[in-house]
Amino acid sequence: MDQALWFASRGTGLVSLLLLTATVVLGAEHAGRTAGARWPRFTVHAVHRNLSLLSLAFLAVHVGTAVADSYAGIRVVDAFLPFVSAYKPLYLGLGAVALDLMLALLITSALRTRVPLAAWQWLHRAAYAMWPLAVVHGIGAGGKDSNLLWVQALNVICVAAVLVVVWRRLADRRRTPAPMAVTARLPRQRTGAHSREKAFVR
Amino acid sequence: MSRYTGPSISVDPIACTAHGLCAELLPEIIELDEWGYPILADGPVPPALRAQAKAAARACPTLALKLSRG
Amino acid sequence: MTLVTGAMLASDALTSGPISTITPLHQSPIPHAEVVRLLAAWTDDGRADDLTEHEERYGRLPSLLPGRGVRRHLLIDSVRRAGLRGRGGAGFPTAEKLTAVAAAKGRAVVVANGCEGDPTSSKDHTLMQLAPHLVLDGIAVACYAVDAADAVLCLHQGSPALEPMRAALAQRRDPVPVTIAEVPPRYVASESSALVNFLTTGAALPTTGPRAAERGVKGRPTLVDNVETLAHLALIARYGDEWFREAGTQQSPGSTLLTIGGAVTWPGVYEVEYGIPISDALELAGGESESLQAVAVGGLGGTWLPVSVADELPLTHEDFAALGLPLGIPSIVALPAQACGVAETARVLRYLAHESAGQCGPCMFGLPAVAEDFALLAAGRRDRELLDRLERRLGVVPGRGACSHPDAAIGFAASALSAFADDVRAHAAGRPCRWAAQQPWMPLPEEAA
Repeated sequence: MDQALWFASRGTGLVSLLLLTATVVLGAEHAGRTAGARWPRFTVHAVHRNLSLLSLAFLAVHVGTAVADSYAGIRVVDAFLPFVSAYKPLYLGLGAVALDLMLALLITSALRTRVPLAAWQWLHRAAYAMWPLAVVHGIGAGGKDSNLLWVQALNVICVAAVLVVVWRRLADRRRTPAPMAVTARLPRQRTGAHSREKAFVR
Repeated sequence: MSRYTGPSISVDPIACTAHGLCAELLPEIIELDEWGYPILADGPVPPALRAQAKAAARACPTLALKLSRG
Repeated sequence: MTLVTGAMLASDALTSGPISTITPLHQSPIPHAEVVRLLAAWTDDGRADDLTEHEERYGRLPSLLPGRGVRRHLLIDSVRRAGLRGRGGAGFPTAEKLTAVAAAKGRAVVVANGCEGDPTSSKDHTLMQLAPHLVLDGIAVACYAVDAADAVLCLHQGSPALEPMRAALAQRRDPVPVTIAEVPPRYVASESSALVNFLTTGAALPTTGPRAAERGVKGRPTLVDNVETLAHLALIARYGDEWFREAGTQQSPGSTLLTIGGAVTWPGVYEVEYGIPISDALELAGGESESLQAVAVGGLGGTWLPVSVADELPLTHEDFAALGLPLGIPSIVALPAQACGVAETARVLRYLAHESAGQCGPCMFGLPAVAEDFALLAAGRRDRELLDRLERRLGVVPGRGACSHPDAAIGFAASALSAFADDVRAHAAGRPCRWAAQQPWMPLPEEAA
């Protein structure tokens, strides 16, 4: 039975990472105004939101089974308070920070219409900080699993996906079309206007 | 002169950054100009579209689209 | 011949000081005489008055006792009867603004707008150099009317009015202190919400949100008025509303300062009464220096009018409204026949596009697009779709920005298409007129030339 819980935790952890990666990828694309014929912007927005909730669900199982399992002695508090666990404090701690950030993101997004927009935007960008923490947590806390070839492959794919999408976003910003510069040349004119300098009062 | 009957949508032009979700959700009353910014039809939102209008206002990434209380 | 008398007894309810003097005024052969009210000091001896001379000429300001609610109410009533309208371009009834600010909760602020961002207009900085005390009187009266605790005079950095206003301020002891704020020299910075934003956050950008009268500078009820409007207010406080209405028309009462430029003999700033036909105004400026084709009324964001339309058109809000046009900033630029209206418009639009605050999509993308189309038109580039594209864009941009900057620019462009219709057709067919390359008539700041 114990084994089952432990496997469940590790399994749902991997799935959570995949789901979180997909969430981040869609979130970045949405901000970059990507849209296709079959995936209009609202769809990107809606799937991003749904994936984030699905990630939460899998994370709940991931954390729950880890705590329920007696093997590593992980307590509930270890899931939220970083670096206080007996088992792999550093890597578990990173996971705890990621989880805290994730919850903050979800709560502020649920209350988006009531939160000042600037605060929401600033916090939402913290997702780009949360995701790497989750990856490192996964690699570090995974133990021997992290050496499995397919797990390594999964990690590489996830990292690559996010790197690509972030690079696109940064390139976007540099390329953002400035309002069209007025380029058509006017007929050549000598400089200087008539009236202002010569204006006087009568 | 028709009487005002119901909520109407408006967009805060400074907050709007042309994400375009509103036009997808309410193509009957919002269209995008050539630069991606919304052009809103005049008048109150038809009752059949009110739910969509609410969804659009909540989905707007910069909360620029607003639905006035009817 | 019209002789307009300068002053009469102010009503008892407002005065507790000496009786106002009568100011001698001109007799002019032109009906709708050159009215001398604001520029009396200059007309008299060619320079501004110091405080003593100012009080001798116009009389002392009626004693403005702070906190006397009844008298404030009477003052605002007097302004309402006088029908004073804003002289900054919008022509909004001043009494309504005063009432709104006086009724709002909080310690009010008076903001005097002396920025005058439009390069076709020189009247505000001229007024401040020639009658600084009138403007300061006006600020004091406005502060009294709305029970303001602070007043700010806004001027552009580098304005020629800075020194004269500072000097005049130093001579006075007004109950409400006036500070001078220097505003960045951007075109949209002098828009009222931009001024309020500048004074609150330091960013001279227009905003959407509550009206300044309710929540303006730092959330306080704010009165924003053009400096000339305040100068008129100072005279109404002395001489009353009946006196004010002796000039002008029923709906556009009083006198106004008009900047006349372009192809006229004596370009300059003139004080005229509302109702003067444009042709008479041009006569005051010595008449055309060469044969004209059109006039631009209302500044860079105003309207082109062919001379046939402009000649008999009285300068009033109501006559312009009857044509579906705003009167706008009181400036006239006369365009000669040997000039290209299309090229002039293209230059102006390029400047206006450049001056967009860059906050709203339709403005920051729409104006450069329209400016580009006009530049192509001016160059005589053959493009069969150009006129259609232009018409479409002109229809799509207005009313979708946070301020009226794009609307004004589009209005100017649309009026050019109508006023220079023949020229436009020729240009679009690839036959630009030969005047397109000559020295421009519409004044623009140097960088945009």
